[in-house]
Amino acid sequence: MSHVAAIVARCQALFEDLNFTAAREWKEAAPGRIVVGFMPFYVPRELIHAAGGLALGVLGGGDQLEVIQGDAYYQSYICRIPRSTIELGVTSRLDFVDAMLFPSICDVIRNLSGMWKIMFPKVKSRYVDVPQNFSDAVGGSFYVSELGELRDILARLAGREITDDALRNSIAVYNENRALVREVYAFRARFPWKAPSAEVYLLMRAGMVLPVEEHSAMLRDYLDATAREERPRRDNSRVVVTGAFCEQPPLSLIKSIELAGCYIVDDDFMLVNRWEKSDVAADGDPLAALSHAYLHDSLETAAKYQPDQSKKGQWLIEAVQRSGAEGVIFASASFCDPALLERPMLQRALAARGIPYIAFKFAENSGQMQPIREQAGTFADSIKLWSAA
Amino acid sequence: MKSFIGIDLGSTTTKAVVLDENQDVLGRGITNSRANYDTACKVAKYEALLGARFTLLARALQGIANQDEFLSALERGFRLDLFLDHVDDLEATCREKASGERFKGHEDGVATALGNIFAALRADADELFAPGARRKSDFFRDLAGARFMAVGEAAANAAGVSYDLLLNVYDKAIIEVENRPPQGEIADRLSRALGRLGELPESLAIPVRSALDIEMEETSVVGTGYGRVTLPFAKENIRSEILCHGLGAHMMYPGTSTVLDIGGQDTKAIQVDPTGIVENFQMNDRCAAGCGRYLGYIADEMNIGLHELGPLAMQATRTVRINSTCTVFAGAELRDRLALGEKREDIIAGLHRAIILRAMSILSRSGGVRDQFTFTGGVAKNEAAVKELRLLIRENYGEVTININPDSIYTGALGAACFAHRAAIH
Amino acid sequence: MSTAIPTRPAGAAKPQAVVKDGSMLKQKEMISGNYARLESAVTDGRKVVSTFVPGNLNELIMCFDVLNNLPEINAIQNGMRKKSGGYIMEAEKRGHSEDVCTYVKADLGMIEKGNLGPDGQKLPDPNLLLLSYTGCFTFMKWFELLRDRYNCETAMLHVPYQGDGQITQSMISYVVKQLREEVIPKMERVSGVKFDIDRLRENLARSARAEEDFVWVLNSAKSKPSPIDAYFGGVYYIGPIFTAFRGTEDAVEYYQLLRAEIAERLANGQGPVTPNGDMGPERYRLVVEGPPNWTSFRDFWKMLYDDGAVVVASTYTKVGGIYDQGFRHDPAKPLESLAEYCLGCYTNRNMPSRIDLIERYMNEFEADGFLINSIKSCNSFSAGQLLMLREIERRTGKPAAFIESDLVDPRYFSPANIKNRLESYFQMIEQRRAGHVPARAA
Repeated sequence: MSHVAAIVARCQALFEDLNFTAAREWKEAAPGRIVVGFMPFYVPRELIHAAGGLALGVLGGGDQLEVIQGDAYYQSYICRIPRSTIELGVTSRLDFVDAMLFPSICDVIRNLSGMWKIMFPKVKSRYVDVPQNFSDAVGGSFYVSELGELRDILARLAGREITDDALRNSIAVYNENRALVREVYAFRARFPWKAPSAEVYLLMRAGMVLPVEEHSAMLRDYLDATAREERPRRDNSRVVVTGAFCEQPPLSLIKSIELAGCYIVDDDFMLVNRWEKSDVAADGDPLAALSHAYLHDSLETAAKYQPDQSKKGQWLIEAVQRSGAEGVIFASASFCDPALLERPMLQRALAARGIPYIAFKFAENSGQMQPIREQAGTFADSIKLWSAA
Repeated sequence: MKSFIGIDLGSTTTKAVVLDENQDVLGRGITNSRANYDTACKVAKYEALLGARFTLLARALQGIANQDEFLSALERGFRLDLFLDHVDDLEATCREKASGERFKGHEDGVATALGNIFAALRADADELFAPGARRKSDFFRDLAGARFMAVGEAAANAAGVSYDLLLNVYDKAIIEVENRPPQGEIADRLSRALGRLGELPESLAIPVRSALDIEMEETSVVGTGYGRVTLPFAKENIRSEILCHGLGAHMMYPGTSTVLDIGGQDTKAIQVDPTGIVENFQMNDRCAAGCGRYLGYIADEMNIGLHELGPLAMQATRTVRINSTCTVFAGAELRDRLALGEKREDIIAGLHRAIILRAMSILSRSGGVRDQFTFTGGVAKNEAAVKELRLLIRENYGEVTININPDSIYTGALGAACFAHRAAIH
Repeated sequence: MSTAIPTRPAGAAKPQAVVKDGSMLKQKEMISGNYARLESAVTDGRKVVSTFVPGNLNELIMCFDVLNNLPEINAIQNGMRKKSGGYIMEAEKRGHSEDVCTYVKADLGMIEKGNLGPDGQKLPDPNLLLLSYTGCFTFMKWFELLRDRYNCETAMLHVPYQGDGQITQSMISYVVKQLREEVIPKMERVSGVKFDIDRLRENLARSARAEEDFVWVLNSAKSKPSPIDAYFGGVYYIGPIFTAFRGTEDAVEYYQLLRAEIAERLANGQGPVTPNGDMGPERYRLVVEGPPNWTSFRDFWKMLYDDGAVVVASTYTKVGGIYDQGFRHDPAKPLESLAEYCLGCYTNRNMPSRIDLIERYMNEFEADGFLINSIKSCNSFSAGQLLMLREIERRTGKPAAFIESDLVDPRYFSPANIKNRLESYFQMIEQRRAGHVPARAA
């Protein structure tokens, strides 16, 4: 087994382990450790880290989890991630998690925060509100206060004070991790055949369950190993995949897109890994630094308001340009309000620039890849035809 | 004697159950619902009352040698009598229909041909109801239609008329005839059937007479099922099928706490209290995923009979995970799996599991599975579905007694009859 | 005080009289007056602001002499007039997913089809989109979509969610700051009118007066029989206070009229008025969760009152503010009061608080059952309702029922299905009430 293959195999094993054994073992390895689960798209993981905790990304159950009880809580017109997340909860797969954080992404996840309080009263459940007003004095001051509340909650849970120094240290640790994540993305955009999307996806997923330091080491290792490995380059088109920032597509879908002739050169699968676009200030007031980064230096997604109409969708055009993509694939979870309501506006922005796109929907447990392969394949072919014309 | 009747007007079949004062089942009847609920209701009730009469006969003849043989001869006689009445009706109706512009100049030929066809139908009738004769169906439409088609063409040729003309007449007439409820008293018809059996020995004649002489009073009738609003019943004599289903399951298995019914159109999970009264219920939501119809689509997609699905799934060596219970997507998912090289029986096993998983979630919504658990509806006859259900119930709720009654199709009608009894007694 | 208005021309099969009370006539005038003002806004040189019902700032909007246009109300009106189906299809044709909110699609479809209001006149383009982002995520996307269409100024008021079931000082100060620094300056700029806090105080004082009478009406349902239907009828009662009239003298008068009418019914021991006249004997008292379906509103209502079911309390009548739990707009602290109002709206409360509120209603209004009308469009309401159902059953021991429909998508209302479930439900309550008659088993 090559070194790359070994890294990927480790990631794959972590990805498939719906009992989160690695995180459980981490928690048991030393007394006083806490594990804090969080859902997409973003939480300030630095606070958890500074409390001596592990930030555990809970991204649903994927296509290998049979949802038996979770379905009893949702109507047929609601997406799948909350069902499988409840299934993980009621089947005790998350019984080692001390707290669950539910970000402000949509009404379904928002309501799940309250459901969790009722269903799992021993777990500290917290809705993480983020400002939609981007002035420091208004939205910023609200967010600093929210961060402060969360800091107190985590400190109580961990039984230790979260000092500013500890927070600054955690910010630095995550800055390093984010830099490596950005590097992986940049590497893939340049050499997509050397960093297939399924591999990059699994690497990023590993960051959801591993301690950040271990994840950083893994990313470094992977970059190093894959750069040295020769792999065949295919005549694929280059696409940005967007709309899958919450419920995750099955791995087979990501593979299908690439097999059908599209290199994925950017995506929004796990925004939390690179939410802040550059380093967060690791000196001064750490909460103010986190807030400042959120307000002024973070990615965009459907859950975040864009106050400036002229900038709507600009980030996607920039992503296309930065990654050298030739088209965009909108892959959204069925019944995903943010992604699906956002989509027409993004499509308009792309159309204005002449950037081609296609759109389809998935569920985390979609079983049929044939339509995906067909659509992605046709898209890849037509991109080539257009660029040849 | 008093009798209490429940009628369940389903979307495909209509069922009736007759109870006596002790709430023992006297008779059951079933017929296709047709377009006309009123007739379906009368036919089912007629059949159930006939069954009731036979139960009374059987009770009267208890301990008498050869009673089974006698009763079966009597029933054949009754069916024959009924059949011949229907044939008369059909012939008369056919002759009525054979008029108008189309038939100008062919009146005599059509009359001759019809005369010959119906003579043949009558001649064959005894054989049709002979001991041991196998009939594909007991519905008059099927019996008469098959014979009509068998002899019609020859009769048309012989009379020098077009077979199409005869078919046209038949098609119009049969709809009228089958929508006419059976005429005449059951007891009278039974007397005639008895006459066909010749002189009875004293040991039979006396109890038979006494059983036939019992006056059956239709004390109370309650209707249920999708067609219930169209029933010619007062509102207080109508109960929802959920209530009837719950009570019916309780009547069949008094220990019932949870009922699951998977029918063609919907899936119901019902919780009942120790007296059979519904405490809670859930039905599949607006999406029909996971109903019996899902299996129907699969069977169509694979070009096999619905009843073949279960046995096929039982041959599976593993269960393929099927993620879509969406009926519309089921076919696509099936083809996708086949293309991936999965074995047909393993996929079908997966489909059965998928439908039961949906049922599990509806059960969970209604309050879970409690002991005892009674499973009804068409899917309860599917062994592969039952196997998955047993497995999942054990995994999720532990050891639970699971009841499946071969007569579960009558559950709703039985509950309705029980409501009829309660209404009359209280 | 009652006036009979025939709804069909003479000679129709069965002339049916709909009884309209004075309050209904008053409200009708108010609504058509507002539409008339909107339609002549351009000629009259008046400015228009579009905003949402939950967390709306009508008292503040009035301070700037601008008109208030509510896209949700337009969608509802179009739903009741059977126009929404076509509008939704229009929006879907233009790339909107079949999965998302039909209020949004009905609104966008209406705009595409010429933006004609309920009485066929063109509605004006807004001068300001006032996005009160309260209790519903979709609002934010809806306004971005409208902004995309109108290219006009947009003010965002982000109302934080009560994740832990309480309003904190930090939340209030966040909302107040946004009012001061974002909303008011933009309103001033668009309207050319300087903000006058004393005017706001006067408006708020009128709001509080109307709220007092409104709460009295809601609480009248505690009587047996209830003189009102707090869901189907309640939808009319919330009209003025949830929309463009809170803070007006008209609204004060409306609630005085309404209160007097209900007091009279109460004194006479009468039940609610339905579209078919007085309701028959009250047989089932229900608490209802979730918005109504608008395309088959009357058919749906009829399924209940035909069986003697009356809704004694509902959560939908709390989406624009929960007044019966004590909140009043307060002229003494105008901006803070607006903030508290926004923060307190029903769908801005977390699931445990919503369940607690329903439990309180079940007990205080002595309900026989709990009915959820689960709306496909509205995840803010719907996600979690099945847990709510369990919890209410567990806590109260009363049976709950669950039906599904949509706001304004006629494709999503299945009358046979809903009727079947409701009938089963009522009979179940009846059977349980009749006591446990021993069957054969016993």
